[in-house]
Amino acid sequence: MSFDNAYEALTEDNDARWAFGTGFADPLAGLDTTVPSGLDAAELARSCLWLGDDALIMSHRLQEWVAAAPELEDEVALANIGLDLLGQARLLLARAAKADPSIVPSVAQSDEDALAFFRDAADFHNVRLVELEGGDFAVSMARLLVFSTWRLALLQRLVDSPDQVLAAIAAKGIKELTYHRDYAARWVVRLGDGTELSHERMQAGIDAVWPYVDELFDDDASLREEFDAVIAQVMTAGTLKQPPVRPAAQTRYLEPLLAEMQSVARAHPDATW
Amino acid sequence: MVSARAVAETVTDPELPMLTLADLGVLRDVAETSDGVVVTITPTYTGCPAMDAMRADLYSALHQAGFDSVDVRTVLSPAWTTDWITPSGRDKLASAGIAPPSSAPRGNGLIPLTLTAPPKRVACPQCGSLDTELLSEFSATACKALRRCQACDEPFEHVKEI
Repeated sequence: MSFDNAYEALTEDNDARWAFGTGFADPLAGLDTTVPSGLDAAELARSCLWLGDDALIMSHRLQEWVAAAPELEDEVALANIGLDLLGQARLLLARAAKADPSIVPSVAQSDEDALAFFRDAADFHNVRLVELEGGDFAVSMARLLVFSTWRLALLQRLVDSPDQVLAAIAAKGIKELTYHRDYAARWVVRLGDGTELSHERMQAGIDAVWPYVDELFDDDASLREEFDAVIAQVMTAGTLKQPPVRPAAQTRYLEPLLAEMQSVARAHPDATW
Repeated sequence: MVSARAVAETVTDPELPMLTLADLGVLRDVAETSDGVVVTITPTYTGCPAMDAMRADLYSALHQAGFDSVDVRTVLSPAWTTDWITPSGRDKLASAGIAPPSSAPRGNGLIPLTLTAPPKRVACPQCGSLDTELLSEFSATACKALRRCQACDEPFEHVKEI
């Protein structure tokens, strides 16, 4: 399937576009997904589901910038980062389902679609950081910096997972997250060390996401050291201040997000295109 | 009859049609067994939507060549690197106006944050000048960055090292 022009690609009949209802092949097709002996399958599934949920919801928030970013280059960048995370989510949700099929809602969809589109908010396990509404560009860059710094540190640990599938997903993800973190960090520095107005707004962005940082380390506090070192480097370069720790408000932003993300799949569960 | 490997090696990438999957280093193995042909491919980026198209194209090329039983498998490890793009693949990219990647970063342990994009000597595929600047590390596909030549002012894409 190669095309001489983009229009030819759009009119081709039997293609596989990337959207709900396109009948994708299992992203783990051909991989040995046997859970290694000595590993608790339910626990492995839970870890993969949590990691997948973080990637899925963060990807959705990044996609909200498409057609709304300040410059075309940044729209393309944010869409690409969202796409990488969506790819990670597909693999992780599929891996979770293979390890523990009992977590998958019983609907006639692929495992990854069932988990993404047919669970309610209460069954999602993402960190609250990724749910937050986008805010302005500075808030989004602060969130992306915090998220990718934490996730990069986390995935670096997971390359040693006894589960070969999770280890491989982590190893690929690291290469992608390295680009995401650099992108966010450069924007935070550029805005923080920019004009008086951009500095003020960047600081406000950091302040807005900071209450959601502590939760990231609930499961593994040992990641904090690397995280703090990277953030300190960015704050210094951007002449920004790391805010004091404050408890986060208990607001959930997930329900309205899911209402949008899941609407087509739930309204037309048999849709194909 | 041509070998299954020879057939699989002719299949091109859906997004970089000047390259075959073999040029790109995505085609990891082609084995002819008594049960049929087993083709192993690896994704470039985890979110690359081209994987399904690659699978479909491999099935169709092999079926047309008379191989009835074909199984296309995915392998995730070791992760794909731009170092696997063949020398001929690099030449084809450059002729199509896309700057090929240099060596991918290697290293273990903590990944350093790079607040300033390290200077890279990427030659402009139009005029050959090395005076080019990075516009964005993200471009029309996951695998490319966007650069601009300061000598001829033309923007161009660069397969970024991964």
